Amino acid sequence: MKNAVGREIPDFLLTNGKEVYQGKNYMDGKYIQKASPRTRRCEAPQESKIVASLVDALKACGAKSGMTFSFHHHLRDGDFVVNMVMKAAIEELGLDNLTIAASSLGSAHDPIADYIEQGKVVGIQTSGIRGRMGEVVSAGKLPTPAIIRSHGGRPRAIEGGEVHIDISFIAAPTSDCVGNCRGIGGKSDCGSMGYAMTDAKYADHVVVVTDCLVDFPNMPASVEAIDVDAVVVVDSIGNPKKIASAAARISQNPRDLMMAENVAKVIASTPYFKEGFSFQTGVGGPSLAANLFLEQYMDERNIKMGWAIGGICGPMVELLKKGKVGKVIDVQDFDLDAVRSINQTPNHFEMSASQYANPANKGAFVNKLDFVVLAALEIDTGFNVNVLTGSDGVLRGAPGGHPDTAAGSKVCIIVTPLVRGRMATVCEHVVTVTTPGDCVDVLVTDYGIAVNPLRPDLIECLDKAGIPHVSIEELKDKAYSLVGTPDDLQWEDKVVAVLEARDGTILDVVRKIKPYQLDG
Amino acid sequence: MEVKKPAVAGTLESSDAQVMIEPGDGKIDLSLQSSVMNQYGRQIKATILETLARLEVTSAKLTVVDKGALDCTLKARVECAVFRSCDASDANIPWGGAVR
Amino acid sequence: MIPRPRPERFRLRRTMMFMNAQKPGLIKDAYIYGCDSIMLDLEDAVAENQKDAARFSLYHALKTVDYGDTEVIVRINGLDTPHWQEDIRVCVAGGADGIRIAKCESAQDVKTVEAAVEAAEKEFGVEVGRTLLMAALESPKGILNAYEICAASERMFGVAISGGDFRKCMQTTPQRDGVDMLVARGQMLIAARAAGVQCFDTVFTNLDDAEGFEAEVLQNKAMGFDGKSLINPKQIRFVHQVFAPTEKEIMQAEKILTAYREQSAAGVGVFTVDGKMIDIAFIPGAERTLKLARACGMWEGDLV
Repeated sequence: MKNAVGREIPDFLLTNGKEVYQGKNYMDGKYIQKASPRTRRCEAPQESKIVASLVDALKACGAKSGMTFSFHHHLRDGDFVVNMVMKAAIEELGLDNLTIAASSLGSAHDPIADYIEQGKVVGIQTSGIRGRMGEVVSAGKLPTPAIIRSHGGRPRAIEGGEVHIDISFIAAPTSDCVGNCRGIGGKSDCGSMGYAMTDAKYADHVVVVTDCLVDFPNMPASVEAIDVDAVVVVDSIGNPKKIASAAARISQNPRDLMMAENVAKVIASTPYFKEGFSFQTGVGGPSLAANLFLEQYMDERNIKMGWAIGGICGPMVELLKKGKVGKVIDVQDFDLDAVRSINQTPNHFEMSASQYANPANKGAFVNKLDFVVLAALEIDTGFNVNVLTGSDGVLRGAPGGHPDTAAGSKVCIIVTPLVRGRMATVCEHVVTVTTPGDCVDVLVTDYGIAVNPLRPDLIECLDKAGIPHVSIEELKDKAYSLVGTPDDLQWEDKVVAVLEARDGTILDVVRKIKPYQLDG
Repeated sequence: MEVKKPAVAGTLESSDAQVMIEPGDGKIDLSLQSSVMNQYGRQIKATILETLARLEVTSAKLTVVDKGALDCTLKARVECAVFRSCDASDANIPWGGAVR
Repeated sequence: MIPRPRPERFRLRRTMMFMNAQKPGLIKDAYIYGCDSIMLDLEDAVAENQKDAARFSLYHALKTVDYGDTEVIVRINGLDTPHWQEDIRVCVAGGADGIRIAKCESAQDVKTVEAAVEAAEKEFGVEVGRTLLMAALESPKGILNAYEICAASERMFGVAISGGDFRKCMQTTPQRDGVDMLVARGQMLIAARAAGVQCFDTVFTNLDDAEGFEAEVLQNKAMGFDGKSLINPKQIRFVHQVFAPTEKEIMQAEKILTAYREQSAAGVGVFTVDGKMIDIAFIPGAERTLKLARACGMWEGDLV
């Protein structure tokens, strides 16, 4: 069945009430039955929940084959915990048929690819998938398709019971002996623990894995002891160098700067750019650099930003400290400046993924967002964006908060170079739709700006400000004139991943790619 | 032109291509790797073969490692490798003739 | 193949950005940053053993890339190298707008290049006289011979000083106030104005020193340069900002030209505008101001 972005969704996926994507805000006003976990009472006073090893923790939580384990990705490419837990479960306890439900997975988790090939891991649910795992999943090695959700879609699915977590493993930079966790104060700090919070509330069992045990009570806790069954102390939960970069530096690449300047110009041309406006930006080169130019416009007009959300890094913390932003609400930290600031700098707060972006609660932060600036691997003439699959059709990206912020914000700006090497970023049809075009408003490239025809109000703003813009088709034509028109990718029928829209409908599927024939 | 000795042109930087050429055994023997194989493999191959045909190279062994080069770069690298293999790359290039 | 219009000898050249002709990722679209001229470099940026490869890249870039209104100049290797003749052949065959003669020291150097350019134009069926020339003065001798160099050819549109080599010859280093090159800059400017060609300042290489760069650009403007060579696109905006005319200058130029049209139609040669005496000597300046204003997006009109 074809969905609202023109993608053919196979019928076998449309069971148990699953629908195809119908357009923005389709589920608005509908009711959701929340799931509740089955948890163990700890009525008798307990001195400590520390157990000797991951194996003991798994046993204590009744781990068995066929279960779903959840993880957060705050340790990003430095994470040791996913591999550690899966090794204990599979190699020491002999479990199989396991599903990993993670808020994201990266190249740190390459060893899991082996477990997939061995048939020990049979399900993957995640926001991001890269490295070897992306390759084996793309090669169709999972018996069931991987499920890819946005950062807001994941807590929706957990709260609604679509994902039932048997055991959640929470990597904690610090914990006390009963499981109050924080993202700071240890040796592998990650700052916000926003992506772990829903897991802790909805999992049947929760195991905290830490490398820094601190005195009770570890307050204010990001994950609270009341939800924790066991605490395991290990030598190291991750490589700090890969958890948070030293400092996210603003790009000096002239192309990025030129695009960033145009992003700021577009923002400043709209009526939403006024005292107290709200803002989110990615940490990619041109997105982050937009902060710099935006600040110049804020100074010029003598206005301040009301609040900023998202993954946070140094430049935003700087603005907060300078008093140019009222509040920063933080689901994830990208560099040490942000890690050190959270809950320390006045008005720098932590939030959960659900609070950030869940479309099925009663109003997430993204719903009140004025502007979001995002990157793209590809964007097509319908303004559909792909941030998941590479030009070769292999999984190597993450929707993250992209679809959530795009849908919630008043102005969603995509900033990307027109071509990367020989790849046309602006194209006829994206490989995979990860953010639907009805949520995307403006495209800024190094060769020009295009506004979604669904937003005549913004077209008027740009015209009034004298900002030149062209149709997205013209940008696509320019891209193809530079790099040539690409051949279509050749797919097999087998579906290797299902891309859920943030509301739970099906936005797209990723199929297995056919080996390329040079002489075909 | 006759490929007389092994020669290399180009780099492995992004947007470039490295072309290695050696004397062949009476035909064009092309080995191609590309970072954009799935979408441009055939076009890249066609560009390389057309360029060789214009230079009247009929016997050569070519190894091309493409890092997303545009057609104009591919042509430049193949031509340079061929002229280098004949020790003829420094002067009197037939600009606008066989090189175009 | 992108046909380029016949190059204009005297056009707006506030910014000339250097680009290594050997780097495919750089030269494919350097025009997007909005500099007036691009300087594709076959000389210092290209290693000695890659000169041949750079020419093949340059040829196809010139033939394939649509540079639009951006002028395309090529810096060729010095006359004391084995490369310059083939450099000229590829520039002319590819249809570059102009050639920058590196390390130019005499009128004879210009004439030598001019002869080779003319030969190449004939060889490749290019209109004779199409390819423009400019000279880079990099030595004390070049500065002393600036006037004869500027006046050596009808193809010459301008001269530029090359600070790196010049300072080495003079046993000095960049100074905050520009005193290291003050005399050379001044002498070159006088020669260029005397010969009726344009004059461009050298690159500012310390990208982290925004303050120093800005001071130098302001000094360039005050001394009367037409423009500046750049090494990074982020330098473009400030130069264009500094070289833009003021609102007052634009209004004044408009008044002068309008009055001049009216008065000369009535046979009057000398007249007053806002109490100031104006004659034909003011006209080229006023026209230049309005052309510059149009290029800066500050003025629309049909007086020039």
